[in-house]
Amino acid sequence: MSDTLTNRATPDAATQLDIYRRMIRIERNDDLTRQQIRRGRITAPYYSARGQECIPSAISVLLNDDDKICTIYRGIHDMVAKDMPLRPLWAEICGRVDGTCKGKGGPMHLTHPETGVMVTTGIVGSSMPIANGFGWAALLDGTKQVTVAYFGDGASNIGAFHEALNLASVWKLPVIFVCQNNGFAEHTRYENGTSVDLIAKRAAGYGMPGYTVDGNDPLDVYAHAHAAIERARAGEGPTLLECKTFRFMGHVFGDNDAYMTKEEKAAAIEADPLPRFRQKLIDDGVASAEDLDALTARIEAEVNDAIDFAMACEFPSDDELRRDVFAEEIAAKEIYA
Amino acid sequence: MSTDTLEAPVIETVKMNGLQAINAALFEAMEADPKVLVLGEDIADNEGGGVVGVTRGLSSKFGTLRVRSTPISEQAIMGAAIGAAMAGYKPVAEIMLMNFTTVAMDMIVNHAAKLRFMSGGQSQVPLVIRTLTGAGNQTAGQHADFYEAWFAHTAGIKVVIPWTPADMKGLYLSAIQDPDPVIIIESGKTLFVPMDVPVNQGPIPLGKANVVMPGTDLTIVSYGQMMFTVMQAVEELTAAGVSVEVVDLRTISPWDKETVLTSAEKTGRLLVVHEAGRNFGPGAEIAATAQEALFGKLKAPVGRLGAPYCAVPFAKKLEDAYLVQPPEIVAEAKRLAAMG
Ligand SMILES: Cc1ncc(C[n+]2csc(CCOP(=O)(O)OP(=O)(O)O)c2C)c(N)n1
Repeated sequence: MSDTLTNRATPDAATQLDIYRRMIRIERNDDLTRQQIRRGRITAPYYSARGQECIPSAISVLLNDDDKICTIYRGIHDMVAKDMPLRPLWAEICGRVDGTCKGKGGPMHLTHPETGVMVTTGIVGSSMPIANGFGWAALLDGTKQVTVAYFGDGASNIGAFHEALNLASVWKLPVIFVCQNNGFAEHTRYENGTSVDLIAKRAAGYGMPGYTVDGNDPLDVYAHAHAAIERARAGEGPTLLECKTFRFMGHVFGDNDAYMTKEEKAAAIEADPLPRFRQKLIDDGVASAEDLDALTARIEAEVNDAIDFAMACEFPSDDELRRDVFAEEIAAKEIYA
Repeated sequence: MSTDTLEAPVIETVKMNGLQAINAALFEAMEADPKVLVLGEDIADNEGGGVVGVTRGLSSKFGTLRVRSTPISEQAIMGAAIGAAMAGYKPVAEIMLMNFTTVAMDMIVNHAAKLRFMSGGQSQVPLVIRTLTGAGNQTAGQHADFYEAWFAHTAGIKVVIPWTPADMKGLYLSAIQDPDPVIIIESGKTLFVPMDVPVNQGPIPLGKANVVMPGTDLTIVSYGQMMFTVMQAVEELTAAGVSVEVVDLRTISPWDKETVLTSAEKTGRLLVVHEAGRNFGPGAEIAATAQEALFGKLKAPVGRLGAPYCAVPFAKKLEDAYLVQPPEIVAEAKRLAAMG
């Protein structure tokens, strides 16, 4: 059984608005990224997370700047939600020298320690064991820092998931394992690759709480993340959150998503968390439609500015091939062929 | 003692074996730097202080938060070491035997070795991977392989294989303070044979070979427990009138090209001996480099001795045949010495 949360925290009006801001930031950034690729302005593998906005947004409002995340190739939404500045993010996506990683990581390997984005990995399942190391460091440092490991449902079938959850539990690490269950691993349907109906059930095997969360409901994600983060900060150890959602796009930009049925996709888009949450904020009197439109316009301008900035940046020079292999820059040049 | 005779300074030494030397290095490093951590299966004192006792005493002294026994989870061990290293610590992670590094290959090759580069220099992964291997104990195919070439072929990780206990201590002290990932391969017998270690043995730089013995007819390059075999062969060669210069490589990547090539140019002949498989082994890299640098200057083609193309066998007789033995080295050295 997946556990049930008894004490549910609710975000206040300002926090709800902040969650919405982050969701819109993700959506506008994603939309404009796909537009740039369609127009041939950038060439990069791109894994859209459209539909999954609410998960990292509702989690990130609970995180401090120095809390850390380890995420995956489909993780730009996690970084945007953690408020990574968009100019260096875009420069990296475009492979420019002003990118977060000087153009050497690209969209699958962004790193930005200032906003707590420590690792972005292209290897399915690898965010979790490394997140544990940050958790261990927090225990040694005696801080209350938490680390969030983001991953997909497919990743929960990889050995690294099981090893990482077990170790985190034995060591009582302040790590939140957040599975963004969008129903597909590449082209494989959930039930064809995963032995349990709910990934959260797997937590029981590792002696930690596991919750199945409505990943399209910001308040549900918030409540569960709140409990998990409190638990981690109190030294009680890790939690597994399975956030159920759906991705609206194919696995990678350009795939024709024939493995999804028209009906299920239509139903998912119908349940799009963005317009739903927007309406709720208006209905509850948290913000007016005009306020939210103005917010969207402001964010769109921010993204466009980042794109213009990135396009104007230089590409890295070939010297970069010899740099950052080791701390000593000369090593790669002089000792290695 | 007269003041006008030059004498080698007297260095006070103690006899210890490799595992005592590593143990001493870990103690010193942990004492000097609170950022140094140790983790691995069975390594804390409650679990016996490591399978061969290298980490014995550490957890009692430094606590189980810094010296952590882990579950049997090689990916989790390496992942935790990587994260802690990126967070500013200097973890020494034990993968009990080198064959088990295969289970953690993703963490080592895709993450530890590459995160600095892929992050444009923002991430540092200063960790040490300790692992043990070597044929000679009839452990057969899954407990005795040398995979240094796999790691040497991967950009971003340094590969060290010490021979003497003094080198173990010195190289460990350097590796722990190195800002990048280093894998140290503890090579079978080298852990158990006592030798003299200077009482105050300090760090020995990574990437520097050691000219163990000067000679004029031929250079033999080797490392790890194969050095014992080489030294046995060299005794016989010396008796037979072949003057051998012996170079212990110590670091496989980056390897000390300058020392090896200078020696090979001087003697005119080079023989590389290692325990790893001969095909695609480190000997191939060294031989090719020597050929490129010294074309026309060598009196004989570069020789290479290594294991045959098969798994490490169990039967003692086969295992002896698998490992390069002194007579093979003697024969190959004489063959090369007779050329040119
Ligand atoms: C170890 C590994 N195996 C295979 C792949 C190829 N691959 C990339 S994404 C992916 C699907 C992963 O699905 P999931 O974990 O559910 O994450 P999602 O993409 O749905 O967010 C696969 C198989 C990979 N990158 N790494």
